[in-house]
Formats: sequence, structure tokens, C-alpha cells
Amino acid sequence: MNLEQTDFYTQAILSMAALVGLTSFLMLGQGRLLRLIFVFAVQGFLLTLTTVLAAYSLNNPHLYISALLTLVLKVIFIPWMLRREVLLMNTHRDVQALANKTVVMLGGASLMVFSYYVLHPIVQTTSPVMLNALAVSLSVVLLGMLLMISHRQAVAHVVGFMSIENGLFFAAIVATKGMPMVVELGVAFDVLVAAVLFGIFFLHIRTSIDSLDVDLLNKLNEVDK
Amino acid sequence: MIAVYLVLLIPLAGIVFFALGGHRADRGKLNVRFNAICLLATIWLAVNVLNQGTILSDNKAFLIDPFNVYLIVLTAFVGLTTSIFSGPYMAHEKDLGKLTDNRLKLYYSMYQGFMLAMYLVLTTNNMGIMWVAMEGATLATVMLVSLYRTPESIEAAWKYFILCGVGIAQALFGTILLYYAAMQIGDGESSLLWSVLYENASKLNPEILEIAFVFMLVGYGTKIGLVPLHNWLPDAHSEGPTPMSAVLSGLLLNDALYAVVRNKMLVDGASHSHIAGYLMMGFGLLSFLVGALFLHRQKDIKRLFSYSSIEHMGMMTFAFGIGGPMATFAALLHMTVHSLTKSAIFVTVGHASQLAGTQSIDKIRGLIKTQPKVGWGLLIGTLAIAGFPPFGVFTSEFLVLLATMHSYPWLAPLLLLGIGIAFAGLFRHIQPMVYGDKPEGQQPVKANLWPVIIHLGLVLWLGLAIPEFLANWFSQATLLISGSTPL
Amino acid sequence: MNWLIAILQTSLFVVLAPLLAGWLKMCKCHLQNRKAPSLLQPYRDLLKLTHKQPVVSEQASWLFIAAPYLIFSATVLAASVVPLIAVNLPTSASADVIVMVGFFAFARFFLALAGLDIGTAFGGMGSSREMTISSLAEPAMLMAIFTLTMTASTTNLSGAIAHVLNEGLILRPSFVFALFALILVAIAETGRIPVDNPATHLELTMIHEAMILEYSGRHLALIEWASQLKLMLYGVLIANIFFPWGISETFGAKDLGYGLLAILGKLALLAIFLAIAETLVAKMRLFRVQEYLSFAYLLGLLGMLSHIILEASR
Repeated sequence: MNLEQTDFYTQAILSMAALVGLTSFLMLGQGRLLRLIFVFAVQGFLLTLTTVLAAYSLNNPHLYISALLTLVLKVIFIPWMLRREVLLMNTHRDVQALANKTVVMLGGASLMVFSYYVLHPIVQTTSPVMLNALAVSLSVVLLGMLLMISHRQAVAHVVGFMSIENGLFFAAIVATKGMPMVVELGVAFDVLVAAVLFGIFFLHIRTSIDSLDVDLLNKLNEVDK
Repeated sequence: MIAVYLVLLIPLAGIVFFALGGHRADRGKLNVRFNAICLLATIWLAVNVLNQGTILSDNKAFLIDPFNVYLIVLTAFVGLTTSIFSGPYMAHEKDLGKLTDNRLKLYYSMYQGFMLAMYLVLTTNNMGIMWVAMEGATLATVMLVSLYRTPESIEAAWKYFILCGVGIAQALFGTILLYYAAMQIGDGESSLLWSVLYENASKLNPEILEIAFVFMLVGYGTKIGLVPLHNWLPDAHSEGPTPMSAVLSGLLLNDALYAVVRNKMLVDGASHSHIAGYLMMGFGLLSFLVGALFLHRQKDIKRLFSYSSIEHMGMMTFAFGIGGPMATFAALLHMTVHSLTKSAIFVTVGHASQLAGTQSIDKIRGLIKTQPKVGWGLLIGTLAIAGFPPFGVFTSEFLVLLATMHSYPWLAPLLLLGIGIAFAGLFRHIQPMVYGDKPEGQQPVKANLWPVIIHLGLVLWLGLAIPEFLANWFSQATLLISGSTPL
Repeated sequence: MNWLIAILQTSLFVVLAPLLAGWLKMCKCHLQNRKAPSLLQPYRDLLKLTHKQPVVSEQASWLFIAAPYLIFSATVLAASVVPLIAVNLPTSASADVIVMVGFFAFARFFLALAGLDIGTAFGGMGSSREMTISSLAEPAMLMAIFTLTMTASTTNLSGAIAHVLNEGLILRPSFVFALFALILVAIAETGRIPVDNPATHLELTMIHEAMILEYSGRHLALIEWASQLKLMLYGVLIANIFFPWGISETFGAKDLGYGLLAILGKLALLAIFLAIAETLVAKMRLFRVQEYLSFAYLLGLLGMLSHIILEASR
């Protein structure tokens, strides 16, 4: 593929893919919760932009609805909720020492390579652009998981969880021009309910262990101590 | 066709009803009634399918074929019997002061929500909606796992939520890949419909479908409780209320497996490498063996039986993976009998732990001396799940073994070994609980054991003779899944 | 004629560098609600310093006195490689981007030596810090630059800029990464906040200032001038590589004039961004600088990877 020969839409989508991947890396290396949430909101905003771009270029009006849903849910509602939670718990000044930042970052880079490796068979049947879009979204999914593993705060886990959703959403928009409307609405509904449930959970965790550090959730074990 | 809508609308009405009126004193009975009506609707649906064969709704949103129709009836049946058990059980928990009125309201509302999600997974024709419903089932049950609000239950629920949520996200990625493959042979909103995909399976790109299947297996496999993605399962089962454990084990795991098998059918149609089968065999066998081994280490009675669930789900996954007609038939039968037996066991376990006031295996003693019904129920249930003849589990396990010996003889010893280990693991814990000395002051509790008797009776019946219509469905479903009939 | 323009361009660099520093200071003052000094204040400072008698320590060797001249001339040479108002000049054709990085390294080497030469504690401390930072910054910078040169298939800056210019507007993911990486490196290399604070002489935090603490008079003026030149150089690099529009490809007076106006506008804008960033961000601890620079390296690496994976032709 020569980038010079592709149309503007493809170039824009590729740049968006790169930026979305970048935000995932930024989140991975972020120790402060408020900044983490901010980067998450930025990622949501990039997704909204991508969706609008896709809706406009492919002339697919129902994607505008998806874009609106993304904007409301992932740029405004969820970040707002998480931010409120962090301020409430007074954890916004804590800088979380990541166990080993360099290893985590390198792990992230290798996950990206891994997702290209996994999806490489696809390239035979389709344009490389799609491979890139799918591989980037898969790596966003995997980086979200890595984020959840490397951070200990419940809020960070939720951000990781939601950024996994972001990766999936990106794949759906770019590779398949959006899922069927009914599925998309269903997924958005699930995300909304999950967000509300997370809010309820914060309350429960706070009242039960008086912290949002999930490392303290260690009562259930296979082996009795 | 109306029957399908009824099956979905009744639990939907149930959610709203219990959300608004869940504080009524007779809510337990009402819950039974909702489930009973739903069971009637599913039977009506089943009769329709029996007369007309596969039903595809006009807008192609719902598909009822021999594979899912019996699962729908099974879901409604287990839902009903568990609700019969849950009424007095939850009332007792409230009397003990573990629950408040509001939480019971939530419980009943979400019970119906869970049933709705289960029906939707089974009836829908759209792979995307199937995912949405599967995630919906997690969301509905996650608040129920943490119903007691103890630190342990909140931890279990958090684990359940995070692990299943992340896991099932993989399944969505698989679904997106599937849709992507489908778009290449003709796009439009209908390309995610299972019936359309199945017809055109041979045209789908095999490479993309194989990758998609890996993600599906990991995603839905988390819900099945396949090792190494099983961590949430024992926690959620042990910390949630017992009726929830019964429906989780009896229904949710089955439905997740159902979703995987639906996808496997597509992959098998597109590619001939049998990679999906091998993957399922590998994961299944691993779960089977790990589940069997972990049985020995358990200290909590509900964790014990949740590991038994992992073991049995592993065996079913393995059997579906083998893929021949006999193995598929055996797996279908095993889904049914396992779901019936396991929910019966959880009902008796619920009574036993209320009786002893704890879930710890070491503290539960002398069940037969205190309350013979519960003791015998637990003993017979355990016999059935361990694969003793003449129960249905024996029949299906025997068939799985036969199929294994036929196709992969070198795996049969592993299977036999696992069954042996599981048997030993169950009985070393069950024997003292049932026969041991009765602790001072242990009193019988009010228990309704009809669900147990009916379930175990059915399992016994299925072990002795499979009714003709059911055998018909099984063989039709086998034909659909494996391409040939076992009979 | 071409050589004349090349010399003109280089002298423009030298002349305009203090102006950029003044403009930056002015922006910052306005942002921080302070009264700004005149735009020409850096010139006055330099002039004042040249009139003063340089005081040199008795322990200083010849190196201490030679260093400012070496540093200044190396920086000017580096500047001659970078296209400011026009591409395809003879100076830029004779040396490429690696030579430019080499000039920087050369200047830094002598600066560090001069810092060590007198043997005061601050000088040595500053030198060791400077070397630590630059050893981390240089790979990141080269990584970012290589991304560009791979796209243009040349390490010649002028050629690369001409390539970007001829292609027209193409969105390249790798350029986005490289841009961010280069900005981060530029901030570290020119000693701006959050890596170093040019306006402080607080002993614990200073890096650049620690090395030149012993300089005075015209020596100090040369070093100050060189560091202003370096800031401008990085600014021009960022502005002309990523947003090359406006730079002149011919040597007509009109085009050159437009090129000058364009680069002045771009630099002014860039300085405003830098001023805003410096106002908003606090200086970070020295031990976090390596994290910052490894992030810059990661960005450069990602840029390179996305060039190879996303853009290279198959």
C-alpha cells in the first residue's frame, strides 16, 4: 500500500488509528488517576471524530447516532462519573507507583506487534488498511487488559474496561462500517448499564474496604491462608 | 411465532413488575407464577417446533430450531423449579437478617432479568444480539452475587464483573470479525443473522473465521468457566445466594456453550481444518482435569460443586470438540442432565448450609440424622453428578467415552482418570457431611425438596430411557451440528 | 549567488535567535501577568555582556576560554544545515541531518568539558546531568528524524522538506508520532520547563546554568547566544519539517521574502505554544527526566513502527 495513492478518508482513518493507539499507551503509563481519566476522555473523543468521519465519508447516517452515543457516554458521562469518584475518595493526589513502568511499556509494545501477528492472515483477503485498523483496535483491547493488570485502583480498572470497549468500537466502525443498528444500540445499552453498575460498585467497595484499591480485595483464595 | 414473543415478554414484564411491586409479601409465589407461565409458553413453542420443524420469525430476528428449542424449555424448567426453591429460601435469609426488603426486590427483578437474557441468547438469530444478551446476563447477575454486601461477596462480584466483562469483550471482537467476513460476501444489516451466515458458510473466508472463533472461544469460554478463565466461577457461586448458583450453573454456563457451538458450526462450514474442534477439545479437556483435581482441595461446599460444574462443562466442550455424531449427541444429552442435576444439588446444598448455618464443609455434619430428606437428596444428587448408573449423567459420560475411544483412543484414559479423580474428590467431602455425627443443637429447616425430587427423577428417567421427541430433537440437532445422525 | 543566499540564511539564524528568545519571554510574561521586557532585551543583554571584562578563574585552562568560541561556531555550522527560508541551498546539500546532530554533540561535549574544567562542584554536577539527559535524548531524536528520512528516502534535511512539500497534504500517522517525539526532545535539549528551567539559578535543579556558572563577559554572551540559536534551530526543524508550506523553493526575492515571513509566523506561533506549556507545566524532578525521555523514545519508536507497518509499500 502506498499512502500517497489512498484517498483522504483512508489517511485520516489511519491517523486516527495511530492516535487511538497512542492514547492507549498514554493511559498505560499514567500513574495519576485524573490524568488517566482525561486521556480516556480524549480517546473517546477521537472515537467520536472517527465515527463522524466514517458517517460523512460513507454516507451512513446511522453512524451519526453512534457518534452521539459515544460522545455522551464515553466523553462526558463516564469520565464525569469517574472523576467525581476520584475526587470523592480524595485519591487524586496519589501518584501510583507502577510496579515496573518500563516492563509494562515494553509489554505494551510487544502486544501491539502480537496483534499484528495474529491478524496477519487477514491481509491476504483485504486491503492493508483494514488490517491496520483491526490490528490497532485489537492492540487497544489488549493494552486495556494490560492497564487493568498493571494498575491497582478500581477506577483504573474501569478505565481499562471501557478502553477495551473503545477498541472494539473502533474495529466495528472502521472495519465493518458500523455494526447493524440494533446491535450497536444493544452494545451502547450494555456499556451504559455497566457504567452505572461500576458506580454502584464503587460505593460498595468503598463502604466495605474503605478504599478503592483492588489489591485489598483478596479474601477469596483457592488455598486457605 | 407468538410463543417466542411471549417467552421474551413475560420475563420483561417480570422485571418491571418486581422493580415496582417487589416489596409485596407474596413476591416469592409471584415469581414462581411468572416462571410457570413462561414454562407454559416455552412448551407451546416446543410443540410448535415439534409440529412444524424449524421456525424462523418473519423479520428473521428469531430462530428456533431443534438445537435451541430443548434448551429453551430446559431454561424455563430450571428457572421454575429454582424459583419454587428460592421463595422460602430467600424468606429465610431475610429472617436471618442477611437481606433487606429492597435487596429482595432487586433480587426478584434481576431474577427475571437474568431469565430474559437467557431466553434472548437462545432465541435470537442475530449473533450481535446474542452477544448483547450474554453481556446482559452478566450485568443482571452481578448485583445478585454481591447481594449480601459482605466484603467477600463484593470481591466475588467485582471479579465476576471484570473477568466476564473483559472476557466477553473478546467475543465481541470475534463477532466483529465474523461480521467483517460476512460483509465480504454481501453486506447489509442481515449479514450478522445466523441463518444467513449458516447458508453461506462455505463462502466465508476461513482464515478470518478461524481467528474470529479463537476470540469467541476465549470470550464465551470465560462464561463457560473454561480453565484458565474460570477464576470468577467458584467465587461467584460461593458468595451469591444459592438459587443464583443454581441458575448460573444450570443455565448460564449452558447458554455460553450454546453460543460457542453456534459459532463452531459456522467455522466448520467455512474451513475444513477442524481447528475449532481441536481448540475446544484442548480447552475442554484441560478444564475437565483441572476441575476434577481442584475438587479435592475445596473447603466450601458451594465452591466444591462449582468446580464440579467446571469439570462437566469441560467435558461437554470436549465432546462438542470431537464433533462426531455420537459425541455431539452425548454432549447435548450431557447439557440437559448436568443442568438438571446441578441445579438440584445446589438446592439441597442451600438447605444443607442453612441447616448448618455455614458453607464450610468441615462444619456441615450429620445431614441424614438431622433432616433425612436433605441428606438423601445431597447423596443421590452427588451420586448422579458423579456419573453413577442408572442416572442420565452416566449415559452421557459413557457416550462421550465411547466417542473418544472411537476417534481419539489415546485420550480415553485421561478421561477415565478424570472421572475417577472427580468421583473421589466429591465423595471424600460428601461422605462425612451426609453420614457424620450430628452436631449439638442442629435443627431441621423448612425445606421444599420437590424441585430436587423432580429434577433427579427426570435425570433418572433420561438415564433409563430418552423419550422419543427428545431423542428426535437431539438427533436433529446432532445432524445440524455434526452433519450426520447418531442413530 | 546561491552561496550568498546560504550565507544570508545562516546569518538570519544568528541575528533572529535573540529575537525569538525575547518574544518567548514576552509571551510568558504576559501569560503570567507580569510586565514584559522589551522585545529587544536579549540583544541589549548580549551587547552589555560583550562590553564587560570577562573574569576567568586562575585554575582555568585554555579549554575554558576556547570553549565558548567552539560552541558558538559549532552551533552556527549546525544552523547552516537547516533550511530556514529556502530549500536546495548548497550548504544544506553538503551535510545531512546526522551531521547536524553531530554538531550538537560536539558543542555539548565542549560545554561539558568547560563545566568540569574549573573544578567547582556546580560545574561538574551540571555536566554530569547534561550528559545523562543528552544520552537519553539523542536516540529519541534520531528515532524521530529517521522516521522522516525513511519517508523521504533521504537523510538530507533539505531533500526531506522538499519531498514533504511536493507530496502535498498527506496525513501520516508516523509523522504525528515523530512530531510529538521531536517536541519532547526539543524541550529537553534546549533546557526548557519541565526538564530544566532557564530562568533559575536554584542550585539543586539547574542543569544548563550550572555548567556556565563560571562564565562572564563576552564568553557568557557567546554561550547564551548559542543556546538561543539552538532553541531557534529546534523550532525551525519542527516548523519546517512538519509544516513546510511557505518555504521557498526558488531563489527569487519575492519567494525568499514570503519564506521569511512564513517562518517568522510559524516560529512566533510555536513560541506562543511553548510559553503556554511552560506556564502550565511545573518542572519535574530530575529523576523523572529519564521517564519523560523514554516516553519520547517510545513515541519515536511507535512512529518508526507505524511507518514500517502502516505506510511502507508492500
